[in-house]
Amino acid sequence: MPLDPRHRFDSLVIGAGNRLAAAAARAVAEAPATTYNPLYIYGGPGLGKTHLLGAVAELASLLQPDLEIEYLTLDELRARWMMAISTGETALLAQRFDRVDMLLLDDVQFLAGQREAQAELLRLATSLMERGNQLVMTSDRPPSEIAGLDERLVSRLGGGLVVDVAPPDFETRVAILRVVAAERGLSFEPGVLEEVGRVAYPSVRELLGALTRVQAVIAIGERAQAIDVPRILGTHSTPSAPMHRTEARASGTEFESFLSEMQTVVQQQMERWQVRLQESIAYWAGEGYRTAVLERALELPREPDVSGLMATFAAAVEHLRGLATQAAAVDPALGGHAVFRDPERMAEAEDLVEQALQGTTPPGGPSPSFQREGFEVGSSNQLAVHAADAVISEPGRKYNPLLVYGPSGVGKTHLVHAIGNAIAAQSGGATVVACVHAQQLIDELIAAIQGGTVERWRTRYRSAGVLVVDDVQFVAGKERTQEEFFLVFNAMIEAGQQILLTSDRPPAEIPELEARLRSRFEGGLSTPIQSPDRELRERLFARYLLAAGRPTDPSLLRALGEHPIHSVREIAGLVHRLGAAADAAGEPLNATLARAELGLTALDERAPVRRSSQGIGDVAVFLDREKVIWDWPDASARLIEELR
Amino acid sequence: MSLVNYATREITCKIVYYGPGRSGKTTNLHYIYGQVPSDRKGQMVSLATQTDRTLFFDFLPLDLGTISGFTTRFQLYTVPGQVYYQATRKLVLQGADGVVFVADSQSRQLAENIESFQDLHANLADHGVDARGVPLVIQYNKQDLPGDLILPVAELEDQLNFRGVPSYSADALHGPGVFETLRGISELVLRRLSPTTAGGR
Repeated sequence: MPLDPRHRFDSLVIGAGNRLAAAAARAVAEAPATTYNPLYIYGGPGLGKTHLLGAVAELASLLQPDLEIEYLTLDELRARWMMAISTGETALLAQRFDRVDMLLLDDVQFLAGQREAQAELLRLATSLMERGNQLVMTSDRPPSEIAGLDERLVSRLGGGLVVDVAPPDFETRVAILRVVAAERGLSFEPGVLEEVGRVAYPSVRELLGALTRVQAVIAIGERAQAIDVPRILGTHSTPSAPMHRTEARASGTEFESFLSEMQTVVQQQMERWQVRLQESIAYWAGEGYRTAVLERALELPREPDVSGLMATFAAAVEHLRGLATQAAAVDPALGGHAVFRDPERMAEAEDLVEQALQGTTPPGGPSPSFQREGFEVGSSNQLAVHAADAVISEPGRKYNPLLVYGPSGVGKTHLVHAIGNAIAAQSGGATVVACVHAQQLIDELIAAIQGGTVERWRTRYRSAGVLVVDDVQFVAGKERTQEEFFLVFNAMIEAGQQILLTSDRPPAEIPELEARLRSRFEGGLSTPIQSPDRELRERLFARYLLAAGRPTDPSLLRALGEHPIHSVREIAGLVHRLGAAADAAGEPLNATLARAELGLTALDERAPVRRSSQGIGDVAVFLDREKVIWDWPDASARLIEELR
Repeated sequence: MSLVNYATREITCKIVYYGPGRSGKTTNLHYIYGQVPSDRKGQMVSLATQTDRTLFFDFLPLDLGTISGFTTRFQLYTVPGQVYYQATRKLVLQGADGVVFVADSQSRQLAENIESFQDLHANLADHGVDARGVPLVIQYNKQDLPGDLILPVAELEDQLNFRGVPSYSADALHGPGVFETLRGISELVLRRLSPTTAGGR
């Protein structure tokens, strides 16, 4: 059904009774399906509900010309269904509605008691909402008061915004009369329209009917100034004593003329651009934003681009809100920072967020030189490597945390970094692996406590997918670090994020470690790495010699393998030393040279120690006083005895 | 008190009727009260002595309805004219958006008029308000009295209206001039709605 082209927002007189409905309708027309969906407008007949629907359609199609808008009364909708059912074209009708972007449905109160129509409307409304299309309805009563309305439909119709239109007040009635009089090209003596408006008609239609009657009386020749409006409208017999009535009318005129003049003055003043700006300032100030920039615009001698200014301000506020949300995600305390309330401090706000984000970027990743492939496996580290492989295949699930302990230089750091590298690689870089030395952890926490950014410190560590903490024994005795680490630890374990730790001793032997942390360290897997055995030493020497471009003949490796070492780092050092010795001697490195360089000094010194350590049992026997012959007989005496 | 509250969309004008005792300030308000249809006016509050002298102040709220989306209200106050109610006058004057100075046109009241007019300026100054920035109109009341009792408007103008503000002759008891005065002050006040002319309000 075509809409009356006169039904536009600019021809709508807005008063207290319909302000909310008009504002909602305008919002819907400006941005369909984003604000109030569905919009349900109700109110008595003749109060401009259909006018509002028409205005929505007019404005929406003006703003988005390709918008498909359909206006129907409920009766028409029902008739279409009937027709579709009788011709078997219900699917076609459904398709037709599927193309509609905005459906305006008038007089839905006729749904009362109509089960079929309700079911159809429910289906239609659901389908519209699901496709993100706008539904606007009018009715003479709220959804909950439509008799026999399906509960689902009540909640569906009331799900957006339900807003009422009340009868116009005196000023609105007069304003409506003036607008209509102007439309009809009528002019009245001062006070006539006010007199008509004084009658509190329940609907605008009746009000306009009264105007028409007055118009008709004038048309038959009664002099305009002599019009007795109450007589024409038959409102003479309204209660209140006639004498008072006359007095009130006579005296009311003086006040009314004062009122009408004041209205003109206020209207003139309130249409100025400063007023729009002031309203905007009041709004944003109410929202808690600094509006100094808008206030400065008020001082401008000429009208600036107020709409542009307001839009820019709104955009700036939007941006600030985004920044505040970002900051609050990092550190809730930051969300309320004053810079997020002042569009003029946008740069500061951005800096703050950037800093906050930097402060929460997880620590650096594992060293790329520590790869799992480069890790030599021997009997001394077999268990740890096996555990490492298990963690790589199921990060965060198999052994969490994995704690590797052992003396310095046996490859603990290499192994945990290698796990980190492998997990990062297999996730395609998606998993953030953070590696940190325990001392760094402590230092950063102290700085965070100083700067009041502990929350950010936590976020920084919790945001990692895999956290590697080296030399975790350093947290011993650091109470606050242990407490904070405990929180981070729990959060990560719960979230299934892998934690890898190294220590120079098993957790049970770390002094001043809180029991709750110790038990958690041990809750995963603690595995030792021991000093490399001979076979592993030979292989490690072979690798380092090869890397240094030195010969790796078996006799040399055997000779070197004899050399007892405790850490892999030592091997690297020895290779450098031997290389230098060979260069000095001017011959390639061989077993003899190596023995000469290490063996004579190092082997001789170390060998007895080693032997003694191997023969501890023997020494113990000798130390048993009962089993030692302390006084041997004199040799000459023995000989003499034997010779006898 | 701000004239316009943009957040709640309200315009509230406080207009104070000032002047010497018995010059007819309360009479002005009574006349206005009598003219306003009952749905427009609030209860007029009058704190008067038995001899009808204003003891504290009169207060008449007027509802002008919704204009351009702004709920517009006028609050009309009178101050007690007698010299010894100085503190009350000062209190009532606080936050006034406009002042009507009601002068008694009787020749023997001239000194009181001048004194009260100076008192007004002193009180405004005490509130830290520059009297030149406050909308002000003068009403020469009791112009209906016999000519030999009153001073002509021209002479009153000479004596009182050195600032050249709008002035009105009136007969507050019977009405002439009352609404003209109210209209005059209201326009002055309302013209200040827009910020640039409001002197940074």
